[in-house]
Amino acid sequence: MAEIRIENVRKEFGKVVAVKDVSLVIPDREFIVLLGPSGCGKTTLLRCIAGLEQVDGGRVYFGDRDVTDLPVRQRRISMVFQSYAVFPHMTVFENIAFGLRMQHKPDVEVKRRVQAAAELLHIEELLARYPAQLSGGQRQRVAVARAIAYDADVLLMDEPLSNLDALLRLEMRAELKRLIEELQTTVVYVTHDQVEALSLGDRIAVMKQGEILQVDSPLTVYDRPAAHFVGSFIGNPPMNFLPARVIDGGAGLTVGEARLMLVGEMADAARRVGSQEVWLGIRAENIEPLTGPGPTTLPGRILVVEPLGSHTLLTVRTAEAMIKVNARADAPFRADQPVWLKLSADKVRLLDKTTGRAL
Amino acid sequence: MTARPAPPLSRRLSRVLVYLAAILVALYILAPIYLIAVMAFSPRAVVYGYPKPLLPTQISLETISFFINSYGILDSVKNSVLVAVFTLVISLAIGAPAGYALARYIFPGGDIYRILILSTRAFPVVILSIPLITTYISWGLDDSALGVALLHTAMALPTTILVTSSIFVGVSKDLEEAAMTMGCTRAGAFRRVALPLALPGLAASAIFTFMLSWNEVFAAAILTLQNQTLPARLIVQLNQSPIPFRFAGGFFILVPAIVFMLFARRYLFSLWGVKLR
Ligand SMILES: Nc1ncnc2c1ncn2[C@@H]1O[C@H](COP(=O)(O)OP(=O)(O)O)[C@@H](O)[C@H]1O
Ligand SMILES: [Mg+2]
Repeated sequence: MAEIRIENVRKEFGKVVAVKDVSLVIPDREFIVLLGPSGCGKTTLLRCIAGLEQVDGGRVYFGDRDVTDLPVRQRRISMVFQSYAVFPHMTVFENIAFGLRMQHKPDVEVKRRVQAAAELLHIEELLARYPAQLSGGQRQRVAVARAIAYDADVLLMDEPLSNLDALLRLEMRAELKRLIEELQTTVVYVTHDQVEALSLGDRIAVMKQGEILQVDSPLTVYDRPAAHFVGSFIGNPPMNFLPARVIDGGAGLTVGEARLMLVGEMADAARRVGSQEVWLGIRAENIEPLTGPGPTTLPGRILVVEPLGSHTLLTVRTAEAMIKVNARADAPFRADQPVWLKLSADKVRLLDKTTGRAL
Repeated sequence: MTARPAPPLSRRLSRVLVYLAAILVALYILAPIYLIAVMAFSPRAVVYGYPKPLLPTQISLETISFFINSYGILDSVKNSVLVAVFTLVISLAIGAPAGYALARYIFPGGDIYRILILSTRAFPVVILSIPLITTYISWGLDDSALGVALLHTAMALPTTILVTSSIFVGVSKDLEEAAMTMGCTRAGAFRRVALPLALPGLAASAIFTFMLSWNEVFAAAILTLQNQTLPARLIVQLNQSPIPFRFAGGFFILVPAIVFMLFARRYLFSLWGVKLR
């Protein structure tokens, strides 16, 4: 149990800068998810926290311990590997007991705690087996049980669900969430799956090319992405981005023909930047498709209609861009039909045209 | 329930042919071994007789004991074992760490190192023999078990290194790292995780090295005078020896090979139901 403080951590592999001067504070008992596309440096950052990689710059603290120069074994971490890394030559029991044995715990306590960890993951029946006799999902449970059986300050997980099939992943995701809420420990969880990140994390740190773009709660990251990349990476479908123009010194916004009055936070932002070209970001569910023109609508033509059960996804071509729009499941839209889009002014995001950062 | 349809005739025929070929190959190898074994356990009179029987008529240890009690044989067996054990220990002690390093670490010149290892085999021992003997004499290594073992080690090392490296490549690095997160030092993780998993492969590699040394004739023959290994002694003696001696000698040099093959087979199959290379 400890706060993790990462200060300007940098890691290079030859010419590749895998982690670029990342700073991040993870409060005690927080479940934080490192999310980003493959190759963005999530695993490397996690391994820097674990001590499996030596940092090329910056410091790592657990609470007030500076662990930057400590070897892995002295950092008091536990880790679940993407490959599970369950020891093939030991029974499930000995696998789970490994950390406790290394701490020279008495046999009685080892037994008790292995049993407890096994029960939490519903693998009591498997304790006598060897990993080769287990399914992938069971091996995954052993890996998690092994990581939580002994006392560690932080729990690190590298894509623990990515090798499971879709159904099992869904089941295990919910179980992990319950388990970690019970554990009350600081967790750093790496994934490239945005749904997993949204569903699990107290906060999500979105990474791209070795940098953290945004650290916020799942809903904030989803609704108010700090950068173009965050909006397009998170959510299915990704956020729509339209070229727009701030006018009248920030009082309004034009998208093509349509005029939008800004409200709240975005109105303040627009006033700050004054008249200029910007990106307007808006999610599919915040656009209402209408069958006729209105005062602030954007005309377009429907390209594709995809009924998804709970709602229908429309792909609309406007003069500015292709836009994904959620329509009600019973809405009578057909492909090739003209449509008018009404954007919810309170849900739009404005982003800088050149940097892609939110205004 | 419908009966499973019989496989087509051509498939069955090709299976039969494969088995026939396998039997022929096995016979080609096993028949001489069998005949030698029969002779080795027959009394001298039978061994001298003609035609020789295909089945053992009288089992006797006469021939074998004649061979074993021949002058110098027991000593050379002892030398052979000593040389082979030295070779095995030294080449594993040097080769396994080198193989581990090749498997785990990317270092500058790693590829060139790999090729250099193999290139040591490009020097024929025949060409090396004169400078080697003079060096051995000046170092006082000539005619000693250690001396032969060192040369055998040089011959065995390339394969030992490459084989152990491929064994350690087969043991995932994650496993050692997982052990380290749970409190092991690097060396502790190696001992508790990588080594036990590599053991079957290492044992097979050790047996291979043992056999290489046990069978090696040329280097052993040129480097020793008094303290000859068994093959070195037999190569000198076999042509001038009575027939029982030849059969018993042939049998004796075969036995360890066969025993070790059986032993290696047991280890080569996985120990814990895990496929290891
Ligand atoms: N051991 C390594 N040697 C060289 N390059 C590496 C190594 N590990 C990671 N990298 C590089 O660092 C970058 C980040 O990798 P990684 O942290 O594994 O990404 P992620 O886990 O987000 O998919 C990638 O470009 C990868 O190729
Ligand atoms: Mg990764």
